[in-house]
Amino acid sequence: MANTDVIIHDKKDNVGVVVIEKVNKAQDCECWIMEDDSSTKIQSISDIPLGHKIAMVDFNEGDTIIKYGHDIGKVVKSIKKGEHVHVHNVKTKKW
Amino acid sequence: MEIPKSFLGYKRENGRVGTRNHVVILPVDDISNACAEAVANNIKGTFAIPHAYGRLQFGADLELFFDTMIGTGKNPNVAACIVIGIEPKWTKKIVDAITTTGKPVEGFSIEGSGDIKTIMKASQKAQEFSQWASEKQREECPISDLWISVKCGESDTTSGMAANPAVGNLMDKLEPLGVHLCFGETSELTGAEKVCALRGKTSEASKKFMKTWSDYNDFILKEATNDLSESQPTAGNIAGGLTTIEEKAFGNFQKIGSRKFIDVLTPAEEPKKGPGLYFMDTSSAAGECLTLQAAAGFNIHLFPTGQGNIIGNAIEPVVKLTGNPSTAKNMKEHIDLDVSKILKREMNMDQAGDELIKTTIKAASGRLTCAEVLGHKEFIMTKLFRSA
Repeated sequence: MANTDVIIHDKKDNVGVVVIEKVNKAQDCECWIMEDDSSTKIQSISDIPLGHKIAMVDFNEGDTIIKYGHDIGKVVKSIKKGEHVHVHNVKTKKW
Repeated sequence: MEIPKSFLGYKRENGRVGTRNHVVILPVDDISNACAEAVANNIKGTFAIPHAYGRLQFGADLELFFDTMIGTGKNPNVAACIVIGIEPKWTKKIVDAITTTGKPVEGFSIEGSGDIKTIMKASQKAQEFSQWASEKQREECPISDLWISVKCGESDTTSGMAANPAVGNLMDKLEPLGVHLCFGETSELTGAEKVCALRGKTSEASKKFMKTWSDYNDFILKEATNDLSESQPTAGNIAGGLTTIEEKAFGNFQKIGSRKFIDVLTPAEEPKKGPGLYFMDTSSAAGECLTLQAAAGFNIHLFPTGQGNIIGNAIEPVVKLTGNPSTAKNMKEHIDLDVSKILKREMNMDQAGDELIKTTIKAASGRLTCAEVLGHKEFIMTKLFRSA
């Protein structure tokens, strides 16, 4: 089994979570999808610390972030595939 | 793993089982704390539970106050209880309610006699209770005597990935054995509320959940002066990679595994529909939530943390687990079980659940938890509104 750098909860998710201490910019990351035990790859375009999210696709403003197979918020600033996804580009839809 | 069928607990007069054998000195109100603490200082084998309230409360806030105090005294982890208040009436109300369990309880009021005479009288009784309780022995009890409450704190994305689903795995394995289970944190299910409502065992339970969540959410929106982005998620959550309340909620929700809840409890309400999973309407602040769950009669608590919450509880042992490797390493003295190997895929959820069951049974049978050894005895009243 290759080392896992990123874990994705659900097949429908469009973000993954970094599970190593840090992903460096331009790193080729091994991703594991928990739901069906499958694998994929992503190249990062930012430094991303442990526990933080990486975009698995390109997002436009207004798009929805899916994690656990569910809506967890809206994109407020466009995000490129491989970019760090967090409070600077995503907001809650609740409050 | 074959799941252990028993643990070692203290059988109480009313048929419940304690995982601890506390002799508690319970102050009724803020101004009786000094007296209660003096008694606890005099008499070894006892401890006081000081708190900030108990004066001039009224209406629903007063009712919750009484439910919390009485439930704390009734909890099977408490072997015997001394109640000390300024006035006799509220003191007696609490004593009488705790007495229904059959455990030794005695009340003292300070007005008219002062601290020193009260401390003397209460200390004499406390000595009697402490020596009586010290004779109690642990006996083998079926695992169904465990009442397990859960609440997570200082969560991060590893919580939803490792520590919370490990608790969910434990629930999936222990619920069929007749264990009582309880989750809460009404406000922290925001974003996952509709998915959570679907987990009601009956349509009545689902409706009750949605009503409870909506009422709490309306209250938050009414009182909010900003967009809550610094309260939910917290700065600690955000540092750990959680971006929105929805993401936090779906992570939180992993704690119940694939279980369905039987009923929705009001804060501190004792479950009465038999074994299984209950949802309790609570704040998401750890101290408040745990105090309410302990007051409802839960005798052991599981607390998954990401960034490293250090909470304990006055009467309920708190077992802490983390899936964050940095927290497991840097805050080692707070962590009873490290499940961070899940992130490296060196441990699967089934194994993590088994490890958690073993750790829980050890703690229930008497092994001190990290929070207990470090002296964490948080007891935090949920205050609904200002006193009169």
